[in-house]
Amino acid sequence: MWEYTDKVREHFLNPKNVGEIKNASAIGEVGSLACGDALKLYLEIDDNDRIVDAKFQTFGCASAIASSSALTELLKGKTLEEAEKITNKEIAEFLGGLPEEKMHCSVMGQEALEVAIKTFRGEPVEVHDHEGTIICHCFGVTDEQILRAVEENGLTTVEEVTHYTKAGGGCGKCVDNIQRLIDEATGKVAACEVPEPSARPQLSNIERMQLVMKVLNEEVRPRLQKDGGDVELIDIEGHIVKVALRGMCTSCPSSQLTLKNVVEKALQEQVEPELTVVEVSQ
Amino acid sequence: MTTIYFDNNATTKIDPLVLKEMMPFLTDYYGNPSSMHKFGGQVSSDIAKARHRLASLLNAQPDEIIFTAGGTESDNTAIYSALEAQPGKKHIITTRVEHPAILNVCRHLEQRGYDVTYLNVDTKGQLDLDELRNALRPDTALVTIMYANSETGVIFPMHEIAKIVKDRGIMLHTDAVQAVGKIELNLEKLPVDYLSLSGHKIHGPKGIGALYVRKGASFRPHMRGGHQEEGRRAGTENTAAIVGLGKAAELAQLNMEIENTGVKHMRDVLEKGLLETIPDSIINGDTESRLPNTTNISFKHVEGEAILLMMDGHDIAASSGSACTSGSLEPSHVLRAMGVPFTFAHGSIRFSLSRFNDDKEVKVVLKELPAIIKRLREISPYKNDDGAEAPTRPCSC
Repeated sequence: MWEYTDKVREHFLNPKNVGEIKNASAIGEVGSLACGDALKLYLEIDDNDRIVDAKFQTFGCASAIASSSALTELLKGKTLEEAEKITNKEIAEFLGGLPEEKMHCSVMGQEALEVAIKTFRGEPVEVHDHEGTIICHCFGVTDEQILRAVEENGLTTVEEVTHYTKAGGGCGKCVDNIQRLIDEATGKVAACEVPEPSARPQLSNIERMQLVMKVLNEEVRPRLQKDGGDVELIDIEGHIVKVALRGMCTSCPSSQLTLKNVVEKALQEQVEPELTVVEVSQ
Repeated sequence: MTTIYFDNNATTKIDPLVLKEMMPFLTDYYGNPSSMHKFGGQVSSDIAKARHRLASLLNAQPDEIIFTAGGTESDNTAIYSALEAQPGKKHIITTRVEHPAILNVCRHLEQRGYDVTYLNVDTKGQLDLDELRNALRPDTALVTIMYANSETGVIFPMHEIAKIVKDRGIMLHTDAVQAVGKIELNLEKLPVDYLSLSGHKIHGPKGIGALYVRKGASFRPHMRGGHQEEGRRAGTENTAAIVGLGKAAELAQLNMEIENTGVKHMRDVLEKGLLETIPDSIINGDTESRLPNTTNISFKHVEGEAILLMMDGHDIAASSGSACTSGSLEPSHVLRAMGVPFTFAHGSIRFSLSRFNDDKEVKVVLKELPAIIKRLREISPYKNDDGAEAPTRPCSC
């Protein structure tokens, strides 16, 4: 069923400001056909940096069209400085709220606005509109976008992040990384700080073994045990750490991701970046 | 204004005759058929009658029918039964376009150490039978392939599939939930071991289905408990629903001709009309081998949910393969498997008709939909450039 407010329906069925502005002062374009939604925002800006007209063209679902319509209504008459402060939350609020899983439509509006303003000011627009590293390859969502959505909307779960940014909504391979970003943003774990390579002394085999065991026992294992899993150190050969997964990890579909994103990552960050972790059956 | 219901592959209107036959079992005849007293015991003959009617629709034997709580339970039962009966075999073959009741069971089994081969489909949604032949292994426990696809209506060549699989002595299940009642099935001539069907897809009630188990085929129950269904499916019989499914099966058999004339004619008129009046529209799926009631049409450069919501405004109910909700932000797995270009994949609409539809309803859709597509294309930033110039954000979906 359509869980849309009357305002969403109204702005979907009779959207305001549809179309192009010839010789627009700024255009902001985000999304693509492949992604299932795209928005092209046109702004006419006067000499006092005030938005005198805003129009849009949108390919997408009902809430994408309604969000675009809402955005243009919000923009008209605002100065660029005021417009810059518009968040996806305001777009959603203007519409009387959007279903959780459609919040990404309001985020698309905010992103198009950001691109338009940057273009107008002659600031560089990154290839993927955002700085940072791509976390979700299905939808091309970066860590910056995810962190911003988490912070501005107080998101706490991967599912919420998917609703707001689409990240994780495709193949699902990036959910562990999204969780890590949420943990960082909400202060559950400190943001990763990779020590300067020069500051790190060379480890002897015994030191390496001791450090690996320490990190595994004090950090990795408690984390896995919380989810009913466990990991056991089998051997270390050079920079290859051989482990066996135990408990829930053995039947967990994402155990290989855990191995890389949790075990290997912790060891690389806290012991040596050269380390690789492999699973052996024992 | 009443709803124009063109979503019969999702579920169907219960036939008034079905309801009428069910009612006494929801009121007066509430007894348990397993009871010793005649008040309970008397309903067992009604259950037997329903079993007989359903067997007749499939040209099967009544004792080859096990009543279940629906298509999903039948699918689960079939897969787990085949695996449990052949504990040494760890390989399953299915297709990429199955219903989630098959795909998600297979994915679950993969996590538990089973090896699953997902057969591909071509752009028409058809299988390459050589791929099936080559996928068969000595440790293949089960081949499970749907009879007809719910989204596109494409019918797989089940007789050829059965020949290939049974020649190798491997167990074969078919999810025939969409095929039963729409096309003629003859299980005397089609050597599948298991076949799943559902009541609410054939104008029967929801919460009832059946699994056909060929006489002599290995079987292990999925639900354990009482001795109902000859010990093959425990749980007190849902008498009213079973009676309803029996009646629905009888009516399906009686109306089979209508499916292939009246319903098919309406579908063809609708399809032809839409293709003619709406530029850049294509049919998804093999039109040579397709259910008579289904058409899946894609409209370039528009998004499915937007089309559905605008149609909903005109009280037209259909469905879209492209569910723009998170969790499944990508276009339907069926259309993706077929390689439908993304310019079309997001804008697919499935119309599925039934004998309760009429020509007038087809006319309304033919009148309203072209205007809806035109409107949405006016809003869209993509015109006819294939979107090649427009993408700004990298997207590998």
